Amino acid sequence: MATDSDEVELAGIQFFGKMAASIAHDIKNVLAVINENAGLLQDICFMADRGKPADLARLKKIAGDVKDQVQRADRIVTAMNRFAHSADEPSTETDLGELTALLGLLATRFAVMRGVEIVTPAPSVPVPVTTFPFGLLSLLWICLDCTMTATGSGKTVELVAERTTDGAVVRLRRFEQTNVASVANIARDRLSALRQALNATIAADETNTELVVRLPKGC
Amino acid sequence: MTEKVLIVDDDKAFLSILSERMQNRGMEVTITASPVEALQIVETESFDAIILDLMMPEMGGIEAFQRIKEKSPELQVIFLTGHPSVSTGIDAMKLGAMDFIPKPVDLNELTEKIKQAKVSRAILVEKQAQAKLKKALTDKGR
Repeated sequence: MATDSDEVELAGIQFFGKMAASIAHDIKNVLAVINENAGLLQDICFMADRGKPADLARLKKIAGDVKDQVQRADRIVTAMNRFAHSADEPSTETDLGELTALLGLLATRFAVMRGVEIVTPAPSVPVPVTTFPFGLLSLLWICLDCTMTATGSGKTVELVAERTTDGAVVRLRRFEQTNVASVANIARDRLSALRQALNATIAADETNTELVVRLPKGC
Repeated sequence: MTEKVLIVDDDKAFLSILSERMQNRGMEVTITASPVEALQIVETESFDAIILDLMMPEMGGIEAFQRIKEKSPELQVIFLTGHPSVSTGIDAMKLGAMDFIPKPVDLNELTEKIKQAKVSRAILVEKQAQAKLKKALTDKGR
């Protein structure tokens, strides 16, 4: 029989696998563009060998395009590195604003595929929480996944981290004509053990327009 | 005769440079980042091969493929993807894709596949024409 601990582990492994596959896909796409630019340079050299002079402006454009792709890859790998290190410590102080921004980056491909835009406004002040960052990312990902499914294509989802008197919250905003309470129920069902392990609560706010993940101090 | 190719991929940087290289090799290339637009294009134009990305917003590559095949069964589709899993490749081939190539692509390999696609399509079109002729003659003889 599966225990709560097994469920938490499984949720974590599934989350890690999903993100790793998505990152691999993004890197493959970058490599594909760099590969074509290298191929184009070979084509230009081949033609130059046969007497057609190389177009300097075209060469500059290729160099610029490769640099753009390197920057794109650097953003992906930097996010991957931060994501991998989120599992280092089972309990550590971390900034919730930075964590939600990281989740926004990791989830971009999934959002684009669904026609959803994710916005992660930076909090005006740091929002420190003591938690297992990887576990919290897993929990927030499932909340975001449920939210994107509920909001549908053409919508924007805001992930907002806020400090509160008794801890911190993450608000998932921009529900339109959606029953947030039912989304909260689905997320709670999917996250029962993980939510308890992190001592977090998930609920619709009083106006039924936001999904609120509440993290008590020292969670 | 030159090969006529449609490339559908949501990565515009990739789309632009791959089409440039294929044009340098004498192919006639049409590009679009939208699978929905691709469906409109194949309504009015014919191609020797369609190069289709597997994962795109608006519509997945598999769905786009099925809809293209409904309209024009003779069209030859080659999937190109940064999401190379054996099961996805098998699924695509079972549905009738001509091939499944992971990114980054070897353009020489892709060019060969496109040439094969042109031959396969020509055979299919010929068979369709013969079947039509046979049917017309049968109908006339009744």
